[in-house]
Parts: sequence; C-alpha cells; structure tokens
Amino acid sequence: MIEQISFILNKEVISTGINPALPLLDFIRKEMHLYGTKEVCKEGDCGACSVMVGELKDGEVVYKTVTSCIYPIGNVNGKHVVTIEGLNSGDLIPQQEAFVEEGASQCGFCTPGFIISTTNYLVNNKTYRLEDGINSIAGNICRCTGYSSISRAIENLINKLNEKSEGNSVKSLIAQNVIPKYFANIQTQLREINSSGTLNGFDQKVFVGGGSDLLVQMPDRLLEKNISLVSKEHINFIEEEDDKIIVGAGTTFEEFKNSSIIKKYFPKINNQLNLVASLPIRNMATIGGNIVNASPIGDFTIILLALNSNIELRSSVTGISRELSLSDFYLGYKKLNKQPDELVEKIWFVKPGGEFYFNFEKVSKRTFLDIASVNTAIYINIENEIVKYCFVSAGGVAPVPKYLEQSSEFLRGKKITLETVFDTLKIVQNEISPISDVRGSAEYKRLLLSQLIKAHFIELFPGKISLEALI
Amino acid sequence: MKNEDLIKHVKGESKFLDDLIIPGGTLHALIFDSVIAHGKIKKLNLEKAKSLKGIVDILTFRDIPGKNQIGNIIADESLLAENEVHYVGEPIAIIVADTLETAKRAKALIDIEFEELPVITDPREAYKSGSLITEPVTFSMGDVDDAWANCDLIFEDQVDIGGQEHLYLETQGALSQPVEGGGVKIISSTQGPTAVQRAASKVLNIPMHKIEVDVLRLGGGFGGKEDQATPWAVMSALAALKLNIPVKLILNRPDDLRMTGKRHPYSADFKIGLDSNGKIIAYEVVFYQNAGAVADLSTAVLERTLFHATNSYFIPNVKATGISCKTNLPPNTAFRGFGGPQGMFVIEAALYKAARKLGVPKYELQEKNLIHENDVFYYGQLAKNVNSVKCWNSAFEKYSIHKNIEEVKKFNEENILYKKGIALMPICFGISFTSSFLNQASALVHVYTDGSIGVSTAAVEMGQGVNQKIKIATAETFSVNISRIKIESTNTTRIANTSPTAASTGADLNGNAAILASKNILDRLKKVAAKELGFNDAGLIQIKNEIVFYKSEKTKLKWEELIWKAYFNRINLSSHAYYATPDIYFNRTKNQGHPFAYHVFGTAVIQSKIDCLRGTYEIEYVKAVHDLGKSIDYKVDLGQAEGGIVQGIGWLTVEELVQSRDGNLKSNSLSTYKIPDIYSAPQKIEVHFLENSENDYGPLKSKAIGEPPLMYGIGAYFSILDAMNAFNKNIDIKISAPVTPEKVLTTLYKSSKQLIPNES
Ligand code: FES
Ligand code: FES
Repeated sequence: MIEQISFILNKEVISTGINPALPLLDFIRKEMHLYGTKEVCKEGDCGACSVMVGELKDGEVVYKTVTSCIYPIGNVNGKHVVTIEGLNSGDLIPQQEAFVEEGASQCGFCTPGFIISTTNYLVNNKTYRLEDGINSIAGNICRCTGYSSISRAIENLINKLNEKSEGNSVKSLIAQNVIPKYFANIQTQLREINSSGTLNGFDQKVFVGGGSDLLVQMPDRLLEKNISLVSKEHINFIEEEDDKIIVGAGTTFEEFKNSSIIKKYFPKINNQLNLVASLPIRNMATIGGNIVNASPIGDFTIILLALNSNIELRSSVTGISRELSLSDFYLGYKKLNKQPDELVEKIWFVKPGGEFYFNFEKVSKRTFLDIASVNTAIYINIENEIVKYCFVSAGGVAPVPKYLEQSSEFLRGKKITLETVFDTLKIVQNEISPISDVRGSAEYKRLLLSQLIKAHFIELFPGKISLEALI
Repeated sequence: MKNEDLIKHVKGESKFLDDLIIPGGTLHALIFDSVIAHGKIKKLNLEKAKSLKGIVDILTFRDIPGKNQIGNIIADESLLAENEVHYVGEPIAIIVADTLETAKRAKALIDIEFEELPVITDPREAYKSGSLITEPVTFSMGDVDDAWANCDLIFEDQVDIGGQEHLYLETQGALSQPVEGGGVKIISSTQGPTAVQRAASKVLNIPMHKIEVDVLRLGGGFGGKEDQATPWAVMSALAALKLNIPVKLILNRPDDLRMTGKRHPYSADFKIGLDSNGKIIAYEVVFYQNAGAVADLSTAVLERTLFHATNSYFIPNVKATGISCKTNLPPNTAFRGFGGPQGMFVIEAALYKAARKLGVPKYELQEKNLIHENDVFYYGQLAKNVNSVKCWNSAFEKYSIHKNIEEVKKFNEENILYKKGIALMPICFGISFTSSFLNQASALVHVYTDGSIGVSTAAVEMGQGVNQKIKIATAETFSVNISRIKIESTNTTRIANTSPTAASTGADLNGNAAILASKNILDRLKKVAAKELGFNDAGLIQIKNEIVFYKSEKTKLKWEELIWKAYFNRINLSSHAYYATPDIYFNRTKNQGHPFAYHVFGTAVIQSKIDCLRGTYEIEYVKAVHDLGKSIDYKVDLGQAEGGIVQGIGWLTVEELVQSRDGNLKSNSLSTYKIPDIYSAPQKIEVHFLENSENDYGPLKSKAIGEPPLMYGIGAYFSILDAMNAFNKNIDIKISAPVTPEKVLTTLYKSSKQLIPNES
C-alpha cells in the first residue's frame, strides 16, 4: 500500500507517495530541485544539509533544526519543512546580512546550513544570548572561516535583535524580517493537514526511531525493502510514576535534556549532555534508538546503565510485553536480547533519592560533537558516609556498553576514601577489554577510563578526594 | 565593500557543480576502485554488472583512445589501473548508468581477483627498500660538516608529522558534455583548468582546443583540487565522448576520502648546533616524505619543504635533504602551505628540543635567530624587505607577551588540574610558484557599451575571495563603481594556458594581469575623452569615480557616455593582457637562485590549556601580527588569516589520519576524521596587519594571504607541549604530530608503567 506523506515545504503543500525511508535531503534536491541545501557528509556530521522542521505542539508551531541527509522523509508527515529558499525574501534577512557584513562565508558551501540553524535559534528563543546562539550552530562545520567571523556575525545579530527586543512571536519575527510573511499562515495550514485524516500511522515493519543512525548505516537497504518508519509521536514522553521515572523510547536526546523532570533530579545533566552529539542530531536521535543501536560507546546508554535502568519490550506481533534490566539487554557486540518483532517501548529507572551523586564523563578526540574514546557514568547513593548502592558504567572499553558490575558491587558498603578509589580502579581494569581502533589504542582507553573514574570522585567528592592525590 | 559572492552564498543561490541543471539524458558515473593496497589484477569480469538494467557501459583502460597517463610532473600515473594496483581506492573502471543507485548496484556485481603483493605505508620503510619517486634532493649553504666543531651544543632527534585531509566541503566532480566535431566541454571543480584540459587531451587523443574546461566556483579547494580534480574530469569526459552523451561524475564523501591524496605525512631527522649564546650555527635535516603511490605534485611539495626548512631564521650552515618515498597510499598532494609547513615544523621542533636541553625559553632562541635585511636565505636569495623582527617586536608590544608569559607561570604554580602553555610562532613564507615558469597569467577584459565590465582571468574562486580582489583592482584601475564589474567563470577557451590557482598567487598574478588589461583600455579611453573634449594631451585626462577630469578639473563627460563615444569611434573596448612575475629564477643544478618574488612575514603568540586529568586541551587564543602589505579587502584577508590559522591548528591537534598497515584508511568519514568545530577553534583569534608594509609585486601593493597564516598553527602544537612540560618538567616528549588527547594523556602518564599512575 502506498501511503501519502503530506507536509508543507516552505510555502508549498506537498503530498507524495514516495518511500518514507528516503532521506529528506534527496527529496529536496533531487525531486524538488531546491539546491540551496547542500550534501557534504550524508551522515549527520556537518550540518550543511540542515533544514527547519516545524510541528504543531499544543496548537503552536514549534521548530527544530534537523540534518536532512539522515532524516527520513516519513518523519515530516504533517509538518513544515523550511529550506534556505523558504527564508529568502527580496532583501537580505538580518541573519544573512550579519553573515555578509562579517565575511562569515568564504566558499559558501556551509553557509545555508548556518543560516538555517541561526534562524531556528531566533525563532525558538525569547531572548538571545551569544552562548546559546553559538550552541545552536555548533553542529555546523565550516572548513574555510575558522569560525571567528561566524561568531562575530552571530554576536552582532543578537545584539541588534535584542536592542529591538520585540519578542519572538511569529508576528514580531515577521516584522523584523527574520522570517518571511507566509509563516503567519503555517499554523492554520498545518492544522488543516493534520485534521484531514491522511496522516495514518505507518505500517510497522522495522522500527526506526529518529533514523539518525540507521540512515547512516544502511540507507540503501532501508530504501530497497520499502520499509516504513514508525511514527514516534506516541512514544515520546517523560513521566514520574510512584518511585519511577519513565521515559518513552521515542524521546529525543534534546527532549530528555530539556525535560523539567530530568532537570529536577539531575540539575547538572543539561550541561553534561551538551557533550552528546549536536543539536540537530539531538533533535532526531531517540533514546530507544541509542539503546537498540547497541554501540558500545552510546552516550545515553552509558548514562542509563548508571541509572540502573530497566527497559520494556513489546512484541508487535503478539502484543506481549516483557521487562528486563538494561544491562541484561546486551549479549555481545551488537547482539541484543531482543526478538525481531520486539520494540523497545519505554525505559524506566528509580527516582534518585536520599544523598545521591551522579556524574558523566566523556573524552573524545574533539571535545564536542564527537563520538567518545571512552565515556563513563556513575550513580552513588550514600547513607551515613557509607555507599549504600552504586552503579558505574563505561563505554568504549568492551564489545557492549558496559555496566561495571564488579566495581559497582565493590563500592557498596565502602567509605569514599582515596584507598577506595584506588582499589576500585584495579577492579575496573579487570572488568574491561578495550581494543585498539580509530578512537584510540587499547592501552590509552585503559588509562583514560582510570582517569575518568578518578574524575568522577574528584567531581563528586571534592572534600574527600583531593586533586593532588590523584593527579 | 560588499562582496556580491557572499550575498549569493547566504541565500543559497550560488551554484556549485552538483547544483547545475543537467542536460536531459545525462548519465551518472561511479568509480570502481581497488580494495587492496598493492597487487596484480588476476581477473576482472564485468559481464554480470553490465547486464544490469540501467547500466549503459563500464569503461576500463581499454576504452582509452589516447594515453592512459595523467601524471603532471612525472608521467607515472595511469587514469585507470591496467594490470596492477598500488593503493586502496585506485580507480579501475568507470560505471556509467542511468542513475547512481543503479551504478551502485552494479559495482557490487563486478567480479575481480587480485594477487596480493607486499604493502608499504611507512616512508622510512619505503626508503630502506629503495622505493622512491625520484632521486633525493639536497639544498645547502656553508658547510655543516665543518661547522659542528664550532658549536657548543648539538642536539639530534626524530620528528614525525601526520598528514591532513583537505575536507573541502564540496567533493571532487565534473560534468562533461560532448560538443560537435568530436570535442568536449568539461565543467570541473578544479583549481587547475589547464591541467584538466592537458590531461584530457592526452587521454582522449584530441587537441587541447577541442576541450573547453569551465569552472564557476569551488566549495573549497585548499590544494586538494590543484592536481587531483583531474582524474574525475578526464573520466567523465572519456565516458561522455565514448557514449556521446553528457556524463556527470561526483565523488560521494566516502569515495572522496578513500581515493584522493592528503597533505603529505613526513618523518624527519634533524641535527642542530648552537653556540653558547643561543645562535644557531648549523642545521642538518633529512625529510622522508610519504608521497603515496605516484608522484602527483610530491616533488614540488618536497622542494618547498626544503625552501622553508629554516623558517624565519638565518642559519649560516645548512644542509637539507628531501627524499620522496613511494608508498602504497593514495598519491599525497598539494595542501595549503605545500610542504612549507612540514619544513617549518621540524626547525621549530629542533628549537624546542634545544631550548629544553638548554633550560631557556624557546622564544629566546627564536628571537636571537630571526632573519634580518640583507641576510641570505640558504637557497641563495638575498633577504629584502624583511619584516620578521618588526612583526616579532610589534607582537610583543601589542599583545603584552612578556606579561602573559608571567601570568601563565603564575597560573601553573597555583593550579593542579589545568596547566597552561604559551608559544611564539614566527613565519616566513616565499611567494611565487617555485617552478618559475608557472608564474604567468593573463586576463581578458571587456567593457560593454552600457559601461559594464566583464573580467576573465585564470583565477579560480574557491572561497579565498580572489574574485572580490580582482574586482576591486579592476574597479580601482578604471575608477568606476564596483557594481559595474563582473568576474566571469574561469574558462580555458577565454583564457588559455592557465597556471593553477595555487601557491597563494591567485590574486597576485591574475590581479596584475587584470590591471594591465584594464590599463590598456583606459589609455584608449583617455584618448577618446581628450578628443571628445577638444584637448590634445590625453596624458592629462583622468577618470575619477566615473567622471572624466582634465588637469584635475571635472569635465561634463561621464563613464557611460565615454564608453558609448568610444564604441562609436570604433575604439577597441576589449583587452587581453599578460603578466609574468619579474626577477625570479632558480638553478636546479646548484639549487640556488631567487625563486620568490617576495616573502610574507609574521609572528603569532598562542596560548593553550590542558586538563591534566583527562588529557584534553583547548587553545585559548591565537594573536598574530601579520605582514600583508596593503590589504585589498580587509575582510577577505582577515578571513583568510583566521581560517588558515584554524586549519593549521586542526592539522596538528585533532585531525588524525589513521591508516592500517594494509593501507586502508580507518578515519574514513566525518565521524572518525574530525576537523575543528566552533568549540575546538581557539576561543579568541586576533590578527593585526603590520602597518606601513608595501609590496611592489602585488596588485595595489598587497601581499599574498592564502597560505602563510596556516603556519601559525604550528605554535598551537608547541603551546600544548609547553603546558605538558608545566605539568611535569622532566617528561621527554616525542615530537609526533598531531598531538591528540590520546598522546597528551599517554605522555603525561608514561613514566609510570602501570596504568594507574601515582598509585603507591
Ligand atoms: S550532509 Fe553532513 S550532516 Fe547532512
Ligand atoms: S565557507 Fe567554506 S566551508 Fe564554510
């Protein structure tokens, strides 16, 4: 059965029976002949193909930036896609003006992507701060400028817009020329599309979350099999229930990062998660996808392992669900305790309580937007100076995302002392089996994990564990 | 001045190769390449692949009507492998299909068998087994062998330097269309249109005039498209002519990363001797260049390594030897700096080692040895208009470097987790192609009857702003509004025998040619004006802001009217002019001469901070005083400086090419090969252009800007080492770039053998 995908591309309503696994970028360039959106890496690592995707949330249109090269077109069903062509009006818009003024474009190949990310930031935020502005374009790579001129352009732009401070309602953004006039009608148009009944859920054969990893690893296979994508709408949520926090598998990294529930319990995590992928990728990649992808180095998986998470799987055939601990889910390299018809539905962990500590550490070749050489997370609960329970995990040091069981056990009942830390390090070394690869030699990974475990204790117990003793 | 190119860029309206509307029926080509690094092709069966629906043809070397040869300097490179392959990614066949998807499926159906041969990836190993591109080359001055006796201190060591992927955002590609009479039009993403034309002519066996190569702009080049745009252009032309239909060939990113060469990795041995005052008396160095499987531009690159082996320093006794080693890697090629950066890196490493041994700050040694006016470069050129000391002193003053050094010291005393390091980096870079004959260019200027002006030159715009500079130079020559000027695409039919846009010379050569052509027309116009206004002396006519002046008095005659009058009077409104850089030569028997029109100087100070627990680092700032002559366009020049600096830092810090012993590239995607992002770029870059510098060889007194600033990045490397030494002043750091977080951490903790350092 051919399903229709209906969405708005810039001003135009599109209805197409195209394969929903097709990368949005290919549709934009090859079918629609809009050439402002560029292809550079086709794996979500450069931002040259960035587009804005707007969807109705509580009646309002909310936009985010995605890298269209790994975004399945099926995911834009019922949404508004904005390419650089959709931002152009006769005169330069202030974002474009700022880039031209500062010479923030040289060869120009990366530039439309930067303009899109910048625009999305302006549309999405009420007040503008340089730091956030920079963060919003951090997923965009430029080989020519060295970024200085781009930073200056963003700074000038933000200053200029803040001066006027007319807010970010669609109306005021249009008045300031940040977005073109037609944006005013998008809300109504989207409502119409979404109520017209054409947006049936897709036939579910393979379960792709945001598609961000699958489209990198096997775009051709996805296309050939004519696979449909599961719409993730009904599985992105974060809830508190009794003593649990439950996370829908379709929750994106960015939704997790910004969740008020998560922030309440882990005030520092929002910052730490800046180390995880770029904004467009965080907008697409889902927690469930990260878990099922089974990369031994997946940042979210490592964090969830340290939260002693459980997952709930449901068979799409029988409808029967089962639950298991996340650490039992990984059997070997990319081997999962999961049947083909099973879908990860949710993840839950016990709400942190009492005197608890959480830390996440990650080192990669490039600090941001890079896959870790080694990452590790720790969760410790302390009662009367004694570790009541503790969970440590580490990535990049085993064929699977590793729950460091022995080390975690060992720490139970101990006092946090220098000696404890050193003893833990020994056990950690016995639990891991890193291999040499492009992200570092086995030896380095061993050393690095020791250093990062030390970093956990230095960060969490500065009073007890002194830097001098560990450096 | 508004840069019109940028207006198109920010709107996404600039057209790159893949954005062009293609003629109906255009076929798509995909390369079938070697999966092994060295071996004989035992069997190649294309039948199954050819029978796939949608496959139009699969071409091999047998389909080449002319010579299967595209070597530029040395004829050692076949377009398509015949019986043997020499690196992973070497093209074997061209699959031509109705769609790329079909071509991909066919690729999987090609049946090939190899007999594997031994693989060499290490240049020293290649040297030992006699696998060389050409004979070693030595440049020298004085007598090092005698000089060692006069040195108070002598140090020797080995240095290893990694390569660098260009990572131009637009991949390699071309679109070829057959034209009547057996010719072909090639739209190519190349820095060297004539290189494409010449190679195509050889391969296709048709004269060069039947081949038109056109380049609109590149999405970045950095040297990677100087010679290595050629194969793809020629392949698409070969297919287009054989099948008589347009063929488009654009490499996808993985193919581009795997098949194309990079900046050359080097290994080097140096020996440096100083007197007790810190003056360098003698320097001997041997460079082992990892050239890859064929020559490409390696010999020229190596030569520039030798030219810049002493960087900004005067050394009386020097002997530098370059050995171009043949390995089973894709042919390494030009990359911004063209071998110069590697040469400079080694002398900086030598000074670092010497300073450490002597227990003096490195910058003191650097300062003592800076080159001065009328010193002699060791390749025989007298140093003129030397600004090394000026830049050095100006940097110290402007950026309070002494104070910063003290602050860093204090910071390091007070902090355990973080240590800071600081390094100075003077640069001296020669401008001109070192192959003297390439220093020529021509320009074709048309003034149209409405007063608008079209300019064609050999320069290829790839983001470096050469079009903007030529536009400004032309507008200033005519004294007309810049909006009247359009820079045309680079086209071999309009401009013949072009030199590649490379060696930072694009604006110099082509700007000068455009000025000459404009002046020719201007002279004619002055005569027209004089006649029109009834004066005899055209020499007293001037045009200022589109108004004709006589004896500095405004007249009523304006630009548009003047042009129209000229046309009516049958005056030639077009001019073709030719420029060749004067005064340069180089004797390759003696390896002495005057190869450069001039030198670019500068000094940068770089500060970095390392996390001693995690081995990570950040570059806090790069501040430079750079000698640019007179800037034609400040923003373009600033952008070139900033971009070059970050690219240089990337090369020596995070950009690590990982190859396996069997010649496979492991860092084969943007997720495993990391170029700087906005957060890993320095937090602050400040570039100040040296005042009162003028250059008679550059258009409008300017100096070239493209390459030199990249070499400030070398300072970032040594600032990180400085910080590592602050953590532990006794560690002996092996000089091996790039200095990845892995190298930092394993070096900081290498003294303790066990994995848990400081455990007692
Ligand atoms: S093309 Fe690089 S992120 Fe899409
Ligand atoms: S301007 Fe060339 S990549 Fe950014």
